[in-house]
Amino acid sequence: MSANISTTTSGEAAPLEIHDLTVAYQKKPVLWGVDVTVPKGNLVGIVGPNGAGKSTLIKAAMGLLPVSSGWVKVFGTPLKENFRRVGYVPQRESVDWDFPVNVMDLVLMGRYGHLGVFQRPTKRDREIAKECLDKVKMLPYANRQIANLSGGQQQRVFLARALAQEADLYFMDEPFAGVDAATEAAIIELLHELKSKGKTLLVVHHDLPTARNYFDMLLLLNMRVVAFGPTEEVFTYELLQKTYGGRLTILSEVAEAVRTKT
Amino acid sequence: MSELIPPFDWQQHVIAPWTEGFGANIWIVLMGFFVATACGLVGNYLMMRRMALVGDAISHSVLPGIAIAFLLSHSRGTVPMFIGALVAGMITTILIEVIHKKSRVKQDAAIGIAFTTLFAIGVILISLYASQVDLDQECVLYGEIAFVPFGEPVQLTDAFSAPVPVFRMGIVAVITLIFVVLFYKQLLVSSFDAGLATSLGINATFVHYALMCWLSITVVSAFESVGAILVIAMLILPGATAFLLSHRLPVIHALTVLMAALSSLLGLHLATWLDCSMAGAMVVMASVLFVLAWIFSPLDGLLVRWVRQRKLHLEPPEEIIVVPK
Repeated sequence: MSANISTTTSGEAAPLEIHDLTVAYQKKPVLWGVDVTVPKGNLVGIVGPNGAGKSTLIKAAMGLLPVSSGWVKVFGTPLKENFRRVGYVPQRESVDWDFPVNVMDLVLMGRYGHLGVFQRPTKRDREIAKECLDKVKMLPYANRQIANLSGGQQQRVFLARALAQEADLYFMDEPFAGVDAATEAAIIELLHELKSKGKTLLVVHHDLPTARNYFDMLLLLNMRVVAFGPTEEVFTYELLQKTYGGRLTILSEVAEAVRTKT
Repeated sequence: MSELIPPFDWQQHVIAPWTEGFGANIWIVLMGFFVATACGLVGNYLMMRRMALVGDAISHSVLPGIAIAFLLSHSRGTVPMFIGALVAGMITTILIEVIHKKSRVKQDAAIGIAFTTLFAIGVILISLYASQVDLDQECVLYGEIAFVPFGEPVQLTDAFSAPVPVFRMGIVAVITLIFVVLFYKQLLVSSFDAGLATSLGINATFVHYALMCWLSITVVSAFESVGAILVIAMLILPGATAFLLSHRLPVIHALTVLMAALSSLLGLHLATWLDCSMAGAMVVMASVLFVLAWIFSPLDGLLVRWVRQRKLHLEPPEEIIVVPK
């Protein structure tokens, strides 16, 4: 261990390496030749217009969608061999909130990857789930049916479940969609805490003005990668214009966002 | 009126079935219970996956599978029948997926296309080879649970024997229960969110097909003896009742089994009283239980909804009182 200190960054493969990834729905490509290597310990925002393939990128990287070409490696191996190191926060609308489970059951699902085929969640798994609920301030709601949660609470519970996965690389699909300001602040604080622990996070994000403050790195996406790099280098008028095309409303938003930067 | 509905007699319709007709009735009730338990538990997952109608589809589309199995094996043995049903069930499942994913047809229509096509092929096969197939669609679709006690017996011990259909269904019910307990995690998470399941290393596609396989086996082992109506009803009714009474899956499973037992038992008495079809009576009792749960469920039954509506302007909901810091 001590011998490797100087090479810790190069000692382990990158958390996420995407090579020449193309995804198509019925011959129509939605992602084209995505080539990205995400270095460890970064909070990466995936930004782009509607239909840019942001969610598709996450899903394809996780093996949830068939890809037309290219490959994805997680810590140097295919995801299937390394799924325990990957945590996932799907879009809130993607599940049925009438499902007959309570908050605790849902967070415990995050532990399933660590359990044997027939194994039940242990006392320790329950402790971990409780700690994670506490981190998102949802512990008092542990026994509540998930149908009786507000949008922000649902998102917090999803985050608690991702935390319970105890992963090293997280994919989050619009965790800020439809949550109130307090929840948004709580979530971003949590993401920074995870980052400070050396976790790598990829977050699909919709809101340009906040993107600049939230993320260390940005992946500007519009079917292909327009730019990927540290936020201060990538968040420029030219690149954002390239990402969003000529859409007027967005462009003025971009101009506004770039202006407030200085 | 009294000519239409026979008078109810406690002694004759409630006590007598157990004092005089015990030998036959115990098998009918057990059969009804096994069918409703196995179908009900599988049905729980179908409902959570919004696939309740797939059960209906598969119970019809196994017909060609069974017919071909008969033609090839020349027997009504359990093994060829299961294999035929399994293959047909799988083809139905795959067909539904393919039609729905590779065309603009939505899933409900895809289900309708897949099962009617296969069912029709089954009907043609049976009418074509009627002389060789000792089977008709009537018997497959409208098997009668009242004949179950007269089935060929299996000698379990020296002193104890059970009719083959009941014995077979009992095994299917027990295995279903074991599956649900052993693979609870996999079934739960893949039903809730297939993407999440995949990210947890659980193969959601495999779970889906395994569930469909088991559905085919359950359906075929049940409906030859009790008829498709009872099978389709039991896939949905006991579970639907249980869903109204609880928000936790383990409790829902337990309530499903309880509803299965109740509808089977009450159905026997209803059929004795009205002197009508046993399977029909069991389904009607299952529906009665559903309606009772719908009205009286303490969670959000009609009664509770009505009371809540009236109280609404008196108390604000708790979220408004407790402002979390």
